[in-house]
Amino acid sequence: MNFPTLLFYTFALLVVAGAVGTIANIRNTVAAAMSLVLTMVSLAGIYVLLGAHMIAVFQIMVYGGAIVVLFLFAVMLHGDEHEELPPGRMRLVKAASVLVAICVMAGLVRALVGFPELPAAPVGFGRARQVGIALYSDYVLLVEMVSQVLLAAIVGALVLAKRKID
Amino acid sequence: MLTEYTGVLVILAISLVLIAVLLGIHLRVGPRREFPSKQDPFECGERPVTSPRRRIAVKFYVVAILFVVFDVEAIYFYPWGTVFRELGWFGYASILVFTLPLVVGLFYEWMKGGLDW
Amino acid sequence: MVVAVFVKTAFILFVVIGVLAPIITWVERKQSALMQNRIGANRASVAGMTFIGLLHPAADVIKLLVKEDVVPAGANRVLHLLAPVMAAVPAIIAFAVIPFGGSYHFGETTIELVVANLDWGLLYIFAIGSLAAYGPILAGWASNSGWSFLGSLRASAQMLSYEVTLGFSVVGVFMVFQTLRLTDMAIAQDTTFRAFAFVEGLFGLTLPASLGWISALRLPNWGIFLQPLAFVLFLTAIMAENKRPPFDTPEGESEIVAGYHTEYSGMRFGLFYMSEFIGVVVIAGLITTIFFGGWSVPYLSQEMIIAGVGHFFGVGFATGFCMLVHFVSFMLKLAAMIWLQMALRWTLPRFRYDQVMNLCWKILLPLSLANILVTGAVILALEGAA
Repeated sequence: MNFPTLLFYTFALLVVAGAVGTIANIRNTVAAAMSLVLTMVSLAGIYVLLGAHMIAVFQIMVYGGAIVVLFLFAVMLHGDEHEELPPGRMRLVKAASVLVAICVMAGLVRALVGFPELPAAPVGFGRARQVGIALYSDYVLLVEMVSQVLLAAIVGALVLAKRKID
Repeated sequence: MLTEYTGVLVILAISLVLIAVLLGIHLRVGPRREFPSKQDPFECGERPVTSPRRRIAVKFYVVAILFVVFDVEAIYFYPWGTVFRELGWFGYASILVFTLPLVVGLFYEWMKGGLDW
Repeated sequence: MVVAVFVKTAFILFVVIGVLAPIITWVERKQSALMQNRIGANRASVAGMTFIGLLHPAADVIKLLVKEDVVPAGANRVLHLLAPVMAAVPAIIAFAVIPFGGSYHFGETTIELVVANLDWGLLYIFAIGSLAAYGPILAGWASNSGWSFLGSLRASAQMLSYEVTLGFSVVGVFMVFQTLRLTDMAIAQDTTFRAFAFVEGLFGLTLPASLGWISALRLPNWGIFLQPLAFVLFLTAIMAENKRPPFDTPEGESEIVAGYHTEYSGMRFGLFYMSEFIGVVVIAGLITTIFFGGWSVPYLSQEMIIAGVGHFFGVGFATGFCMLVHFVSFMLKLAAMIWLQMALRWTLPRFRYDQVMNLCWKILLPLSLANILVTGAVILALEGAA
């Protein structure tokens, strides 16, 4: 086993460990969020091994940093006041999450089985230059649409906040 | 190609070892004389009466959402910034179109008082 | 290969953590004493000798190591221990991408004075920086103390806000240098440019012959000359990221005791303290690399030094000499930037929290966006892009 393979398995193990930690710490939301950080950062390591360098940085910046911090703020917004769902609703939520998990798993397995052997990535693949040229030539419309989604997020945040204050 | 990352792994390992040594020495060497009033969380001499983890102002949550939004926006700027000479005025126009809604959003937030502390 | 990287890393960390960080704690005391007309930092002594206060850092370490370790009742013990680690690790590993010198060819072997020459070095700093917010958040949450919680709230909201500005402020810089790799950025600054060419190209203005010296004036190709606004924005934002005065609202001792590390003692507190001072060195290194030409010597490029000295002493010696000169040049600039931060720290009073947040969202963020768009338009116009 060469070194990159060893690294891949190390990162994969950390990803799974973080994911398990996220589920296991259901009573301690902050610890769960920290486990999620482990998952996100280790995923970035796997992206690097795949040669997707920019995706790795964005993974750490957005998912490892911003999104989990947002989770933590949401947790703090509620404080220590635990509002449990009524048992019936809770069972529904659990059933729904199991269903979603099975669907995602099935999709992943389907994608993996019979996955073709890909040729090696070209030189410079996944670097800022290639990503930039691709984003602003072939995918420029999608980029503009992202900014509309972000605008919706800004307005949505304000609407939520104002309702809570009033 | 992956060799450029060797240094990151090495420095991560060294820093973890260093911190473990520092904390390890401290936890071993330091005295330990626990009694209840010393272990109390600091409250200017009073006993804490409520849990400190109270509900926070929603403003902080708004900041977190704005942070996510603008972090994602920044991410679209980085690749553009490195290749904008090749992209020329077309790339410039597309980044303008990209930025405009967000500037409008920021301005809206500002006018609505979402940025006031 | 790995051994070479290991040696480099160990050397750089030794310089930074073993030498610079302790000296900075001394400089902080001594400079504040000078600026406030006190004597200061002269109590720690060995056999009556104080060595102008240089023993204080050593005394600090001993004291932090042997203090009692107090964990408040009701604290989450695991997260309480994890918090200082989460604060210190990002501060240390940020050094991986800061070049302490260029790359030097000795026959077959090449020596690069940087731990990890990543091609997205600048983004690495931001990625690491976005993880640094977890230290304060965890500290406040795990301590089970009201003051800590308030401090961590302030710290996290402040760090998040300024990270946005930080990210935008440097876009202008790598638009100019067209690279995200910090070593390439330093190399790009190892030349000079004619300052007036910018005015000529943009407005078609030419000066009369009597003022020829102005139009012939050449400046080092440094980020601060090409992107002055970005420098101000970057300095402000990154100082706020490091939570040191005047942006120390998360630990404002007159308002919230000691903020997020109220409930920390001994080395656990020491790690927070250390990460702050290491942060000062990282900031100085980053500003030097991005805005002050990194290791380069103004008006003397690497080829000029090697050719000039090599003419008398041979290329091998000249390359080694150049390496040394560059390292010293970097260290001098680093010291200047540390001094700048210290001077600001002891000159400005602490901002109020609303001022800190307003400064970020209402002033720095619009300015940094404007800087990017104006820079782009000017460069495209100057180079006559299609």
